[in-house]
Amino acid sequence: MKEKPVTLELAREHGLSGEEFERVRAILGRDPNFTELGIFSVMWSEHCSYKSSRIHLKKFPTKGPRVLQGPGENAGVVDIGDGLAVSFKMESHNHPSFIEPYQGAATGVGGILRDVFTMGARPIASLDSLRFGRPDHPRTRYLVTGVVAGIAGYGNCIGVPTVGGEVYFDECYDGNILVNAFTLGVVKRDGIWRGYASGVGNPVIYVGSKTGRDGIHGATMASGEFDEKSEEKRPTVQVGDPFTEKLLLEACLELMKTDAIVGIQDMGAAGLTSSSFEMASRAGTGFTMDLDLVPQREEGMIPYELMLSESQERMLMVAKKGREGEVLEIFDKWDLDASVIGEVTGDGVARIRWRGKTVAEIPVAPVTDQAPLYDRPAARPEWQEALQRNPDPASLPVPADLAGTWMRLMSCPEMADKKWVFRQYDHMIRTNTLVLPGSDASVLRVKGTRKGIALSVDCNSRYCFLDPYLGGMIAVCESARNVACSGAEPIGLTDCLNFGNPEKPEIMWQFRSAIEGMAKACETLAVPVVSGNVSFYNETMGKGIHPTPTVGMVGLLEDAGDRLVQWFDAPGDAVFLAGADRMGECVGGSLYLKEVHGKVAGTPPPVDLDHEKRLQRFLAAAAAEKLLSSAHDLAEGGFACALAECCVTRPDGPIGAKVANPFPASVRPDFVLFAESQGAVLLSCPPGKKGALADAAERFRIKMKELGNVGGEHIDIEGVASVRAADLHRGWRDGFAKTLGLEG
Amino acid sequence: MRIAVPVFPGSNCDHDAYHALKHVVGVDTAFVWHKRSSLEGFDAVVIPGGFTYGDYLRCGAMAKLSPVMDAVRRFAEGGGPVIGICNGFQILLESGLLPGAMMVNESLRFVCEYVHLRAETGRTPFTGGIAPGTVLKIPVAHYQGNYFADDATLAALEERRQVVFRYCDPSGDPTAGSNPNGSARNIAGICNERGNVLGMMPHPERCSEEELGSADGRRLFDSMVAWLKEKGK
Repeated sequence: MKEKPVTLELAREHGLSGEEFERVRAILGRDPNFTELGIFSVMWSEHCSYKSSRIHLKKFPTKGPRVLQGPGENAGVVDIGDGLAVSFKMESHNHPSFIEPYQGAATGVGGILRDVFTMGARPIASLDSLRFGRPDHPRTRYLVTGVVAGIAGYGNCIGVPTVGGEVYFDECYDGNILVNAFTLGVVKRDGIWRGYASGVGNPVIYVGSKTGRDGIHGATMASGEFDEKSEEKRPTVQVGDPFTEKLLLEACLELMKTDAIVGIQDMGAAGLTSSSFEMASRAGTGFTMDLDLVPQREEGMIPYELMLSESQERMLMVAKKGREGEVLEIFDKWDLDASVIGEVTGDGVARIRWRGKTVAEIPVAPVTDQAPLYDRPAARPEWQEALQRNPDPASLPVPADLAGTWMRLMSCPEMADKKWVFRQYDHMIRTNTLVLPGSDASVLRVKGTRKGIALSVDCNSRYCFLDPYLGGMIAVCESARNVACSGAEPIGLTDCLNFGNPEKPEIMWQFRSAIEGMAKACETLAVPVVSGNVSFYNETMGKGIHPTPTVGMVGLLEDAGDRLVQWFDAPGDAVFLAGADRMGECVGGSLYLKEVHGKVAGTPPPVDLDHEKRLQRFLAAAAAEKLLSSAHDLAEGGFACALAECCVTRPDGPIGAKVANPFPASVRPDFVLFAESQGAVLLSCPPGKKGALADAAERFRIKMKELGNVGGEHIDIEGVASVRAADLHRGWRDGFAKTLGLEG
Repeated sequence: MRIAVPVFPGSNCDHDAYHALKHVVGVDTAFVWHKRSSLEGFDAVVIPGGFTYGDYLRCGAMAKLSPVMDAVRRFAEGGGPVIGICNGFQILLESGLLPGAMMVNESLRFVCEYVHLRAETGRTPFTGGIAPGTVLKIPVAHYQGNYFADDATLAALEERRQVVFRYCDPSGDPTAGSNPNGSARNIAGICNERGNVLGMMPHPERCSEEELGSADGRRLFDSMVAWLKEKGK
């Protein structure tokens, strides 16, 4: 690569606006050179600067008694007691995964793992939220196969279990899939590390893989829309090496047991640039860096390339002066490159040298403090009103074969068994996984304690499309309810906000509304947002995705022995419906409406946040008092699909149930089965515990109806529909691979 | 009594093996870095699973060159009990301590799930407490676990009672449907002629506690401890 003369034209090619370029000139008091332009362009990219989103992200509640580290660091940290904390974050790798599914997804996993172990935490679990185009889109099968293999390839090799997640299909993702990766680690309360370049004279150390030309401008790619030339961007996708990352993980954790370092940060998007500038900015320092000392994989790289490379599996750290030797020794043990490349300075300026010359000289603070901040115009789209008009029930024929419709919904890829996916992930390594993938939440034990951690990632993007405010609220409520159904108390969340082009007012309106809905739910449920990521420009040829604010929820069980699963356990157990009483009215945004009637329309089911909070506390209390055999919330597919899931997801094989129709007689049968609702949960309990369960419900003012019993060959909703459990199980089990044309 | 868990770059079931041995079975256990060339003071070796050297080149092909493997070879020659689990099994194959090789799973995909194993022989230190014909519930997690050997080798393995575990259905029948990876003759684990070196793809260390879904794996470690005790260790 050759340096180019810096012009406004070139700045624009780098994604900077004319105004932003002027700001660069004002900060420097001169024109930037080519390297400096590169540095500003990545630091001020949407991906790194959050320039369109910061103003709204402030609306999230980020504090709470358990929060040890909120947003702004590599990952958030939440106290779980016993001197321990959990560190977690979720991040998107959408654009790279669409262009190159295996490597895109793999490096997404690698990046989020680094974010977590940079905090000093040992990663113990990952989850993934995946969204693909319609199942019969010609590219979908290729993308599903590649993304799943990429996640497996990276996670399995590094030895962190992938314990759950979600997989959705919708045509809005045909040209822009979503790959959101979540990782959680466990860290001692007093062993948390942060990205600070403090202490004038302290050495700056580069560790990990050598730097190559891969991934240059990955952050910029993630800050633009896709067009027909996107395929040409393949070289901007990085290539992952999970083996090196495993060594890096072990070396870093070994190093962190000493007190030889003062700060550490991973080199993710914008590599050496963002790690060095962000660390110095947090500490209010400057630094010198000699690029000739950076371990390099290729010859002839110029400063621009070295500063912008997104080669994977690299870390930047600041050690205590005189302790460099200890750092280098540990990395030598693990056969990794480590090199002192500079030192911390007190004048607040970044001075980057190469071949004896200063090639960039930039004051650190203004790069972050004076980064552009936009309050972009937001406007409710004109079509929203029409979209929200609930379809007239009279226009929707009641399917003649209700049992067949039920079977069909349970075998569609959204509902069907995802074992084809989970089987490829090592979900048991580290021997903590108590509830394997397939329940509302996965549950892990924390060795050395009695505690359990419940994890769920969730978002219903149909709801968010129809009503971003309500949809955002529901994303938080559902993911919290999922962990509550495992008996856990939700203690913190991370998010991945996937939206279209923020320069369009309707997208900005979706973004703002979703955040406000989420924030409202977080406040009421007292769940802080401790980390997250924004992914804009999820558009191809001008067509945006449904707004998809994915939530990664973390719950805590004081005693992992109290954990619950979603499936019915024993014949003879009593079945209850607990919670919402305004059911059977809402088919807006439902799976039924989409799959059977071909419509994504109407308004999502209403939410009562106060009720939601009581319901979740009730679940935790009932679990702790060991009153329940199972708990499962009603979500996509409504009452009938929730009941079916209780019966067929059981690892020991399907089981039947006979229950009464809980709805008023006036509700039409297809709505009884498939209308969706919030704040409703199906419970089962041994007959002897019925009284105590009713008492608990009373205490939390939760309405509960006894519907029937577990057992028998059929899943029978009396007077409405009945299917053989074995048949429904078969359709559910085979539906995913069959619909996608994958081998079972 | 002291158990060694060798750790190579890329081992990732080392902590799990250590946990099962030390905290569940309750036997003195220590990690041994792969650059060490002695196993003095150890009474058994558990080579853990993982992706040594990223599985680059071939699974186990580089790990076999580590100094600790010379020590393992000498230890095995002296009759000491050695078990290689998953990648540990692959390392034993590459080292020539066990016959045969691994191919990519028939499905061409990684597979992680619980399977059933039929114990075929109690002649190894790890299966002394497991009656032949016993069905164990144990998870597998691998991409290359499709055991292969030529017909003569397979016949010799059967002849000399070196097949230790076979994939089977819950009733103990080694059906094609119960074979998760396409292994020849449903072979999940084999031992050397002497019987002191065992390699197996399934992970006993992952199922040594009931709360994880099965405690069947613990029976291998309990057998090992009983065997060592009998030898006065």
